[in-house]
Amino acid sequence: MSITEMEFQASSVEGASVQTVEGRSQWQLTWRRLRSDKVAVASMIVIVIMVLLAIFAPAVAALVHHPVDTAYPNTGETAAGNPVGPGTNGFWLGTDDTGRDLMVRILYGARISLFVGIVTTLIATVAGVTVGLMAGYFGGIIDTVLARFTDAVLAFPYVVLALALAVVFGPSLSVIIGVIAFFSWAGIARIVRGQTLSLKEKEYIEAARSLGAGPFRIMFIDILPNLLAPVLVLATLYIPSAVVFEATLSYLGLGIQPPTPSWGNILADAQNFYQVAWWYVVFPAAALLITTLAFNLLGDGIRDAMDPTTERLLASRKGGRRRLRRGPVGGPSAEFPDPDVQVAGGGVI
Amino acid sequence: MTDDVLVRVDNLVKYFPVRTSGMIRRTVGQVQAVDGVSLEIPRGKTLGLVGETGCGKSTLARCIAGLLPVTSGTVNFDGSDITNLSRRRMIPYRREIQMIFQDPYGSLNPRRRVGAIIGDPFAIHKTVTGSERKRKVQELMERVGLNPEHYNRFPAEFSGGQRQRIGVARALALQPKLIICDEPVSALDVSIQAQVLNLLSDLQRDFGLSYLFIAHDLEVVRHVSDEVMVMYLGRVAEAGPKAPVYDNPRHPYTAALLSAAPAADPETAATRQRILLTGDVPSPIDPPSGCRFHPRCPKAQDLCGQEEPQLEVKAGDVTSHVTACHFPVEAGENLATVASRREGL
Repeated sequence: MSITEMEFQASSVEGASVQTVEGRSQWQLTWRRLRSDKVAVASMIVIVIMVLLAIFAPAVAALVHHPVDTAYPNTGETAAGNPVGPGTNGFWLGTDDTGRDLMVRILYGARISLFVGIVTTLIATVAGVTVGLMAGYFGGIIDTVLARFTDAVLAFPYVVLALALAVVFGPSLSVIIGVIAFFSWAGIARIVRGQTLSLKEKEYIEAARSLGAGPFRIMFIDILPNLLAPVLVLATLYIPSAVVFEATLSYLGLGIQPPTPSWGNILADAQNFYQVAWWYVVFPAAALLITTLAFNLLGDGIRDAMDPTTERLLASRKGGRRRLRRGPVGGPSAEFPDPDVQVAGGGVI
Repeated sequence: MTDDVLVRVDNLVKYFPVRTSGMIRRTVGQVQAVDGVSLEIPRGKTLGLVGETGCGKSTLARCIAGLLPVTSGTVNFDGSDITNLSRRRMIPYRREIQMIFQDPYGSLNPRRRVGAIIGDPFAIHKTVTGSERKRKVQELMERVGLNPEHYNRFPAEFSGGQRQRIGVARALALQPKLIICDEPVSALDVSIQAQVLNLLSDLQRDFGLSYLFIAHDLEVVRHVSDEVMVMYLGRVAEAGPKAPVYDNPRHPYTAALLSAAPAADPETAATRQRILLTGDVPSPIDPPSGCRFHPRCPKAQDLCGQEEPQLEVKAGDVTSHVTACHFPVEAGENLATVASRREGL
């Protein structure tokens, strides 16, 4: 009887605690923390604006009545044939050396840059996650082959090889995407492999095996969700490097070919005119800088938001002494050895 | 098929190779985790498996569950040989054999919702789909004492005892015949232990389940088991029905374990003499010769280091009570004094 009583009491206690605890998923908690990070929010706003401008570049061109590839030799150039400055003759950001609207060209360049950045990162992430999962989960000879291949790709002097490939295959959008993706997946693969190696030893993986789950089900349903956080951070940080990579190739004349505008080839054209037309260099460079900076800062913000120890830091800074005392010494870490659990527990407090 | 034994393990051996690290790996030794263990799990009953950490209990369980390949020996489940089956050929038996794990935090995927975790067996074996699956999962949650409303919660939102109930629900989903419980309550508070143990015995009664119940807590094993088996360093020291093994242990190791377990009754605790074992458990890479227990045994003699004792019925025991010892403990014998005498020499 005593056992039954005990059971009743204990279960009522458990039930009560469940009702008061407000359930929040990992992502909700991360989002909440991210929202309170001013730099990350500002970066997100910048990125959204940039994406919207890129999407609606043709609308902007229509608004200012300056199609992207149309030169205006009369209004867009000075008598000496140099570009006109910002605000002159309806060119908000001035013109380039052939008298085309610089603002419209920068916005069209954003289409290319963001497209290349996002598509290559997607390809690289999918490839990197797949290779990393396979290498880490299967181990043995598969791991040896895939890991060595990954190391080999990472060891390549990629700029040189990218230039060579661009020369061999001829510069085109798909070649650029292929080349950048090929040199980006390896870093993701290496991190995913490392994480998989530690995750596959978890008891819940053994539980899945004991239920009869196959290797691919385990990799993609049991392991992958636990990898999303680091992969998301990495992917966010890969976008700006892909954008810069594309700009580099275009700047060197091996990327996007004129007259299609890209930030890289605008800058390449601009370098001959920086003494007479500062805006020709400054505006496309600023677009490149702001975009890459925003993605990098957002990536940092996401990483901080996903790291449970950051919250305690933030909380103690804001919430004062009570939380400070609780944070590092006492509760969460001792009660919840698993960092994942710690996140949820910490958020509820 | 009317055999009243569900699982028959015969002379099971599991060695783990010890390799040098680096590019070229040489095998330099073997961890003899399980070395020639035979056992039978009766249908609808519970076999309790006791032993210290590292004696091979969990390895044995994983070999039976088909999670580890077996070095030699056979595992027979319900009349079929399931030793070292490939993953695909093992699938039908996976439905019959389920596991409950020790760590209620580690055995549930922190990123998946409870409904998905409990529904996993249905998804993997494609037996139940869609809204029917959700209904079944909620039924299971109710059966193990969880609130079905919590279907969409994450494991982190549950307490240790509730999480272990989730593990039980998952094991129960496919209506298995055998559930291997690998220290299912050792990570829980004592009051929660009682709840989970009671749940397990209710389920056994309702569904006719057989359990292989692993624990290092002798009282827990006494509470749940019909048969008991004591392991030491990969071998069986003593096995038999619960009552004779607990009341009249014949192997000095069993006697020492029982004397070390805390007694609920303070009077018993005060009068009882504890048998102190000297030394640590030897390495399973290089186990002692003869009887593996002899370096720590209070009754060891020269023979023990030379000849390996066989599991056999000792004089005066029931026929199912077997002990691997040259000099079994006699009723009323005080091992504590034997031990101190030996130390005095």
